[in-house]
Amino acid sequence: MWQPSDTFEIPLDAWVETAIKGWLVPNFREAFQAVQTPISFVLEGLDLGLQAIPMPVFAIALTVVAWVVASRGLAIFTLVSLAIVDLIGVWTQTMTTLAMILTAVLFCAIVGVPLGIAASRSDRFEKGIRPVLDIMQTIPPFVYLVPIVMLFGVGMTPGIIATIIFALPPIIRLTNLGIRSVPEDLIEAAYAFGSSPRQVLWEVQLPLALRTIMAGLNQTLMLALSMAVIAALIGAGGLGLTVYTGLGRLDVGAATEGGLGIVLLAMILDRITQALGSDAPSRTPGLLETLKSFFSKRAPATSPT
Amino acid sequence: MTDKIVAENLSKVFGDDPGQALKLVRDGKTKDEVLAETGQTIGVQSIDFSVAEGEVFVVMGLSGSGKSTLVRMLNRLIDASDGKILVDGENLRDANAETLRKLRLEKIAMVFQHFALFPHKSVLENVEYGLKIAGIPSSERRRRALDALDKVGLSAWADRKPSALSGGMQQRVGLARGLAVDPEILLMDEPFSALDPLIRKDMQTELLALQRELKKTIVFITHDLDEALTLGDRIAIMKEGRFVQVGTAEEIVGNPADDYVAAFTQDIDRARVFDASAVMRPPEALQLKDGDFATARQQLDELGRDALHVLNGEAVFGVITRRSIAEAERQEGASLRDAVRRDAPTAEPSTPLHELYDSCSSGLPVAITDDRGRFVGVVPPEAVFQLLAKDTDKTHRGDAPADEDDAADAPAMSA
Repeated sequence: MWQPSDTFEIPLDAWVETAIKGWLVPNFREAFQAVQTPISFVLEGLDLGLQAIPMPVFAIALTVVAWVVASRGLAIFTLVSLAIVDLIGVWTQTMTTLAMILTAVLFCAIVGVPLGIAASRSDRFEKGIRPVLDIMQTIPPFVYLVPIVMLFGVGMTPGIIATIIFALPPIIRLTNLGIRSVPEDLIEAAYAFGSSPRQVLWEVQLPLALRTIMAGLNQTLMLALSMAVIAALIGAGGLGLTVYTGLGRLDVGAATEGGLGIVLLAMILDRITQALGSDAPSRTPGLLETLKSFFSKRAPATSPT
Repeated sequence: MTDKIVAENLSKVFGDDPGQALKLVRDGKTKDEVLAETGQTIGVQSIDFSVAEGEVFVVMGLSGSGKSTLVRMLNRLIDASDGKILVDGENLRDANAETLRKLRLEKIAMVFQHFALFPHKSVLENVEYGLKIAGIPSSERRRRALDALDKVGLSAWADRKPSALSGGMQQRVGLARGLAVDPEILLMDEPFSALDPLIRKDMQTELLALQRELKKTIVFITHDLDEALTLGDRIAIMKEGRFVQVGTAEEIVGNPADDYVAAFTQDIDRARVFDASAVMRPPEALQLKDGDFATARQQLDELGRDALHVLNGEAVFGVITRRSIAEAERQEGASLRDAVRRDAPTAEPSTPLHELYDSCSSGLPVAITDDRGRFVGVVPPEAVFQLLAKDTDKTHRGDAPADEDDAADAPAMSA
């Protein structure tokens, strides 16, 4: 049976080829290369720093953080997980992955929060940015890996740029949502007392949207971690590379080690950022309360409701 | 007293072509006709009023009557479509963003129906808000905020979050936030409507006490006529974006402009609205030193009364009745002085009628004295009941005020 493509085919592939290879790459390669500079700067700094910290010091520090922001349970989980990661021999890769994730999330926040704020203030901007975010979230990362390689080359930084594209939408969306769901009467009250739009943003909207923004950050972090393996395809290192090499060599053992590292890292980071986003007092006593109860004979102070 | 706020021909149209809607209104179309024809809603329609310095001006109306829109136009949270708003003689509608901000920072504060406290800030930080926005250094704004909290009796709660407070307390914080910036004008948009009746009564009393001390110019919005009558120096009754009647409590209750107002006022306890001066009769009295039984009797006959006050100089000495004269005459060598009953009840012109019930139960006329103790009038018990009985003259039962937007508010009227 006849179908339209029998008669005529749109040469979309050729057009895209020409657009990217013939126009975008020769004209803008320099500009794209320049974008890399701050990213690789932060990444290298973080990676160097994290690799330099001795494993026990880092593990204990993160355990304390988990205890302070969340609970004793999470602290124990963190300590055990990090010990496992070290014992299975992927500590260095884990730190590299962590540096990559943190860099990606940092730049997602730097770009995403202002965009989210802008979207919350202008309906037109929101309308314009929404389809872009939809595309970013639905398009398979493999599709943009090729142009990224063309524009940025291979290596850690292009991997992070792919991660940023993939992980950016939630923080924009949830910043926008968080600001938009601040009750109208509070904004009105703020204006009634003479606030400027900027003061309303800083004094009322952002603090009240913080929980939602933190939820967005948590989502972004999780998406960034899920990109770890894909980013390894274009030269990023870390746990993703371990998995990817394992895949290439059908080395199930190595792939499992890398996968376990990613999962444990994801769980720790997820729980900690979730705890940061919620003001609800944790059910188990926090670190400070526990320490206080060591030094005073009274029962640990119950947090006021 | 000078006028603090003057509104002239103030109108608000919600829609994209206010000019067209306003023109239709001028041509005599009603709100509904304008809505049908243009799809635009008339919020407020050609309102004129003025509020004197230190006055409590209450705007009463059901929901949908435009009262919230009106009060928001006074600090331009909503921009008017037409007319003028003069605050201290300056037209607010001409003010640029900077002037407007300054005005809101320094001159006009607002208290909201649902408190609108910032949940992420402590009580003290909430009260400080206006001062912080104005850029006042933190030590001074803390002092002033604590002062304001003190006025509403909540300084002990300064470090708590608003969510830890009850509704009544939260609204006190709202009030303190308004007072902290020491504004000249306080706009209060149904501040007590969300509170339960007992707390509401307390808050009204407290607001009146504060107002006696602070003497702010207050524009107070409410849907509760009782509240309006309690608080307002003057009251405007609003319906469908217009003022139906503006007047004092006594004018509104005693002389409702139309059936709509009358329907509201019929269930009002008139004894709380009217005071002794409303039923006071001229101060007829007998001087103690130049009276005897004969002149006393003669005067009672002339006035057609059974009791008469006796003065000693300017002060009220007591009251004589036909019976007390008769009893005194039976005694040997009695003078008028012996006939005077010293238990004559007294009151002030501003005493509300419901506080006179007890005095009236003695059957004796109540002597009305001013603040210097001078005798200025008499309230015979029957006069009180005559005024209260006026209630039943008008029977408006059956046409209670209906409001298509929100009939649920109507029961609150008689609460």
